[in-house]
Amino acid sequence: MRGPVRSEDNNGPGFPAPVTADIRLSVNGDEHPVTVDTRETLLDTLREHLGLTGAKKGCDHGQCGACTVLVDGRRAKACLTLTVTVDDREITTVEGLARDGVPHPLQAAFVEQDAFQCGYCTPGQLCSAVGMLAEFAAGWPSSVTLGAVSPGAVAPGVEGRPPLCDDEIRERMSGNLCRCGAYPNIVAAIRQVAP
Amino acid sequence: MRPFAYQRATDVPSAVAAGTGQAMYLGGGTNLVDLMRLGVATPEVLVDVTRVPFDTIEETPGGGLLIGAGVRNSDLAAHPLVLRNYPMLAQAVVAGGSGQIRNMATVAGNLLQRTRCSYFQDITKPCNKRVPGSGCPAREGDHRNLAILGHSEACVATHPSDMAVPLAALGAVVNVESSGGPRAIPMPGFHRLPGDAPERDTLLRPGDLVTAVELPALPFAARSRYRKVRDRASFAFAVVSVAAALDVADGVVRDCRIALGGVAHVPWRAERAEAALRGAPATAEEFARAAEAELAQASPLPRNAFKVPLARNVLVRTLLDLTAREDLTAAGDTGETS
Repeated sequence: MRGPVRSEDNNGPGFPAPVTADIRLSVNGDEHPVTVDTRETLLDTLREHLGLTGAKKGCDHGQCGACTVLVDGRRAKACLTLTVTVDDREITTVEGLARDGVPHPLQAAFVEQDAFQCGYCTPGQLCSAVGMLAEFAAGWPSSVTLGAVSPGAVAPGVEGRPPLCDDEIRERMSGNLCRCGAYPNIVAAIRQVAP
Repeated sequence: MRPFAYQRATDVPSAVAAGTGQAMYLGGGTNLVDLMRLGVATPEVLVDVTRVPFDTIEETPGGGLLIGAGVRNSDLAAHPLVLRNYPMLAQAVVAGGSGQIRNMATVAGNLLQRTRCSYFQDITKPCNKRVPGSGCPAREGDHRNLAILGHSEACVATHPSDMAVPLAALGAVVNVESSGGPRAIPMPGFHRLPGDAPERDTLLRPGDLVTAVELPALPFAARSRYRKVRDRASFAFAVVSVAAALDVADGVVRDCRIALGGVAHVPWRAERAEAALRGAPATAEEFARAAEAELAQASPLPRNAFKVPLARNVLVRTLLDLTAREDLTAAGDTGETS
C-alpha cells in the first residue's frame, strides 16, 4: 500500500531520497507490520495504511484535536506524532473504544446528549475525554483546579478536591475544537459519565 | 517535509554521539514536527531521545528538584513536590498548550520551542531568525503579540513558553551534555536576547543535549503565583504573563522573584522590579512603583503598546494575589481560569 507521502512531489534536484523503516504497530490490540516513511505521521499511517479512518485530519498542526488518539493510555495528537517513534507503544483509536459491540459509556453518552452536529471532531472528542477522565482520576491538576487554590496553600490531591465541574471539563477539553459549536452537549455528555 | 534518517537513542552518550552535523533531537515533537512540516526545520537526522531514561523528578540534597529533560509536561505539573514547593511552576505548565500537548511535550522541548511569530513560521516570508540577514517584516507588519522588552532591529520575536517563566524567576539551572563534556547554564541567561543573531535562541551549541533542569531550594516559592493573560480562556499563548514569589514579613517584602512572559525573546526576569520591592512595604503603591520601574525600559512597537500597561497591571495584580488575605479574596476576587 502506498503511504500518503509521495516522494515524487518533492523530487527537485538535490532533494534527498525518502527514508523508510519496517516497524510493527500495535493498534487496538492488533499488531500491524508496516513499512513507513520516517516523515509519516501516526494519523496518516492509521488512515492511509491501516484503513482506520476514525481519527480525523482537521488542522494537521496540533491545534484542533480531531486526530486525538491514546498512546499507552494517554491522549496525544496523532498529527504531531511520527509513526516511526511509536512502534513499541499501544495505540487506541476511536475504533477501539467499544467492547464486544457495546459502545463505550462515553460513546453512549454522546448519543444520548446529542453531543455533535457534523461529527467530524467526535472521534477526537471521545478519545480525548477517555484520556481526560483518566487524568482526573489520577489527580492531575488543571488551570481551574490550581486557580482555585489560595496562595501559600497546597493543591488538594485526589482526596479533598471538588468533583469535576463544567469549568474543569471545558478547560481540560480545550484541545478539542468543535466548529459546529456542540460544546454545551459535549460537556453534558462528559459530565454524565464523569464520577 | 524533507526526508531524514531516524535514530533512536537509548542513553545520553548514544544521543550525544548521534547528535552531530545536521541532526536534531526529538522529544515530544509538538513544535519540531510542525516546524518540519512547515519547512522551517530541515534536519538530516532526527535523534529520538524519548527512550533516554532522563524522565524522572528527584529531590536534590540541597532541597531543590532535579527534573529530567524528558519529563512530560503533564507529569511535571502533577508532581507533589512541584505542587507544594513551586506552585507557580505547576500553574504555568497547566496554563500552556492543551491536555494532549502537555502529555507529549517534554521539559527540554518546552524550553527549546521556537517563537510562534507568524513570519518565522512562513517560509515564503523574510525572517532574520529563520534566514539570517533576510529582514524582519514584523516591525512594520503583524507584531501585536511580539516583544516590548529587549528586542533588536533584527528581531522582535517572543519566547512562547509558559514553563520557562517561573524557571527564570526561580533561577533554574539547565544541565547540558555534549561531546566536550557536561555544562550547567543558569536561567535567566540560558535564553539569549536577539541582538544581531536572532537565529540563536539559547546559549546551546550544535550537538548539545539538555539532560535536566535543576531547581534550587527556595522556601518562599511555596507562596508563588503564575498569572497569564491570553486572547481566549484556554489553549492560547500568553499575551502577557507573570510568575512571582513573594516573601513578606511584618508587612515588608524580604525577598521576591519575578519574571514576565510574552514580552521578550527570553523569559524576562524582572530584576528592576525585584530590586525596587526588596525592603519595601508590601502595599499596592509599592507594587505599582516596582512594576513601573521594570516597564520604564519597555520600547513597544506601534501595535503592541497596550502590552506595557497590561504587563504592569498583571504584575501588580499577581503581587496583590500573593499578599491578599484569604478571607478578602474569597469575596472580592473572581479570579480567572488561567
